[in-house]
Amino acid sequence: MCLAIPARIVELEGDKAVAEAMGNRWKIKTTLLPEATVGTLVLVHAGFAIGLINEEEAKETWELLAQIDAFNQTQDKISG
Amino acid sequence: MLERIHNALSLMDKACKSLARQINIMEVCGTHTVSIFRSGIASTLPAQMKLLSGPGCPVCVTDLSYINLVLELAKEKNVLIATYGDMVRVPGSDGSLERKNKNNNVMVVLSSEDALQLAKDNPDKMVVFVAVGFETTTPATAVAVSEADQLGIENFCVLSGHKRVIPAMQALLSDKNNKIDAFLCPGHVTVIIGSDAYHPIVNQFAKPCVVAGFEPMQIIQGLGEISRQLIEHKVEVKSVYEAVVTQKGNTTAQKVIDRCFEPADGYWRGLGKIENSTYKLKPEYERFDACRRFGVEEKPVDDTTGCRCGEVLCGLIEPPQCALFGKKCSPDIPVGPCMVSSEGACAAWFKYGPKGERAK
Amino acid sequence: MNTEQPPKILLAHGGGGRLTDQLIRQHILPKIKNDTIAELADAAKLNLSSPQVCFSTDSYVVKPLFFNGGDIGKLAVCGTINDLAVSGAKPVALSLSLIIEEGLEISLLDKILSSAAAAARENNVLIVAGDTKVVELGAADKLFINTAGIGVRLTGVDLGLDKLAVGDKVLLSGTIGDHGMTIISQRQDIKFQTEIQSDCAALAELTCSILENTNGVKFMRDPTRGGLAATLNEIVAGSNKAIEISEVDIPVNLPVLAAAEMLGFDVLNIANEGKFVAIVSPDSAEQALGICKEHPLGRDAAIIGRVIEATQAPLVELITKIGGRRIVQMPYGRELPRIC
Repeated sequence: MCLAIPARIVELEGDKAVAEAMGNRWKIKTTLLPEATVGTLVLVHAGFAIGLINEEEAKETWELLAQIDAFNQTQDKISG
Repeated sequence: MLERIHNALSLMDKACKSLARQINIMEVCGTHTVSIFRSGIASTLPAQMKLLSGPGCPVCVTDLSYINLVLELAKEKNVLIATYGDMVRVPGSDGSLERKNKNNNVMVVLSSEDALQLAKDNPDKMVVFVAVGFETTTPATAVAVSEADQLGIENFCVLSGHKRVIPAMQALLSDKNNKIDAFLCPGHVTVIIGSDAYHPIVNQFAKPCVVAGFEPMQIIQGLGEISRQLIEHKVEVKSVYEAVVTQKGNTTAQKVIDRCFEPADGYWRGLGKIENSTYKLKPEYERFDACRRFGVEEKPVDDTTGCRCGEVLCGLIEPPQCALFGKKCSPDIPVGPCMVSSEGACAAWFKYGPKGERAK
Repeated sequence: MNTEQPPKILLAHGGGGRLTDQLIRQHILPKIKNDTIAELADAAKLNLSSPQVCFSTDSYVVKPLFFNGGDIGKLAVCGTINDLAVSGAKPVALSLSLIIEEGLEISLLDKILSSAAAAARENNVLIVAGDTKVVELGAADKLFINTAGIGVRLTGVDLGLDKLAVGDKVLLSGTIGDHGMTIISQRQDIKFQTEIQSDCAALAELTCSILENTNGVKFMRDPTRGGLAATLNEIVAGSNKAIEISEVDIPVNLPVLAAAEMLGFDVLNIANEGKFVAIVSPDSAEQALGICKEHPLGRDAAIIGRVIEATQAPLVELITKIGGRRIVQMPYGRELPRIC
């Protein structure tokens, strides 16, 4: 009962938010994490942000996040 | 990364040598089972180190009675069943939601909010939300119930199959036949309940409890930490999932669970009744309880099929020791959930034998 | 006297009378411009350069009809072209059969027909035959398409699973999971915003280039439904060999991987519509790979594994990122989003 992914809050209004992971944007709720703000890296499970993620530890823990610099570089190439 | 794997593996080797017997580590979360399987970790471990897939995935621990109830409600007129994908193929006494859905009224949802939205969009239907999962998922259901209450949404109800991890772990360790040396604890349940929640297990049963995330490296590091404790004859609660686990957990989520739910006795497939191991809606929210709405209750089913999923889940027997294995029960004609779930112990064993070698 | 063209498809459009005629002459023929179909004969007369032909058919029921990177029209043409291409043939002609649900907006049909026509034209394939049926509201989901295609086998090319040998390399022409995840992202019950695009594309030019310039290709298949996992399992079952692939070598776009992780899907099981798997002898593999990489549709191509002896059973084994091993199963056929 534990599938959860790190994503960054990019929009927030009340407890309705949009979280982004590798360019994909998901509608989520922050009801369980009132301390979340735009820019926070959070753990998303079943449509809810359930925990704050320590950014330093995150890259060590999640391989996909570790690849985010490579991903952002390709995005810059496409748009720039 | 290779160095960290190497370090963890050498700790595991040391532990195996120093204990000079099989070491059984149980994980109690379906997501751990899946990740272990997908990354082929078992094939990299020392031969003496055994990973037991405990009662942790909603597919495997949901009692027959719960699934039968869902199927019964699905037959009712003007009912929409909203369920997470995990439950669609679980067999009840007579088929699964997938196979028995003649009314075409089963909707797969990603969130309890989607289920609530379904109720808002279909005022003439009663939406029954199949609410399964541990403490990771329970808060989401609680939020939906709270919202339904505040907004006066009456065509929404919940069939609560939510379970609590600590009572299950205690029940497993209380069985005197158990062979568990340590627990690999579910990282995301712990994000909610906090790592302090495992102290009773350590204090009562003296078994290491190590919290790990679900990436393969996390699991390997978790096993390495368990090995370290075994070597040093230490028993403690430790987390290798520092990115997101705290000692106290998510107190907002805990409060939301407390607002709507209270612990109740419940049935776990194969484990039978475990006290205070499930969540039931509190009296002030009982109008959102599907059992109350429809005047039904879970009837414990005498499982006469001969299914021994429960014993497999607890690591008491290996799949081939079940009389149904490979004969009346196989991935194409599954009887129990351990064969339905493609990462269930029985399905995995059927296809690949122990540790990933092909069954002969 | 000209009757006014209604903006939606009516049952009468499938009745074989005036409206059918209007539909064909005003909407279908102007897009599919070639002499053969213009004859509107009961069957197309084809002159093929050789009697060694390949023939294939497929039906398309994709929902939604329009998605990032394509639509059902482009899909229907590319899909059958690809089946011919991976069989070692140069596609020549296609048929295009439509089953339309009453009420479909004609402007949508126009867009789809334009896509299909463009895909055929860009790949030098003629649409030479067709059919149009209209069914009642509810009897079909907006539009179903069937295409059948005929192609001429390239000289000296004879692909088959019986040709596989231990040591052959497994070549994958590019990233996996793009098409399936794009479709999933637009499903009502899952919807998420994404830049992911379907990889829908016709591969004939690339496959012909490889087959004409190397001689070590033993077998090819496009991993559509069921993804790479299904295709590799089909290959081992049909050849009685085993295959070993390496996870780190499999090309995947990061957003596709991230989306699959969010839903609990395995990218190996997700459909592709512009990729192929080729089993190639070891001495031709690098050359085939080079040809792929020079082509826009093969830029991310990679050698992902090899054929090995089926010591216990014909199976597909994956060496995982952490150096573990597991079997890649034949997928069930339906990916369900998990929370667990």
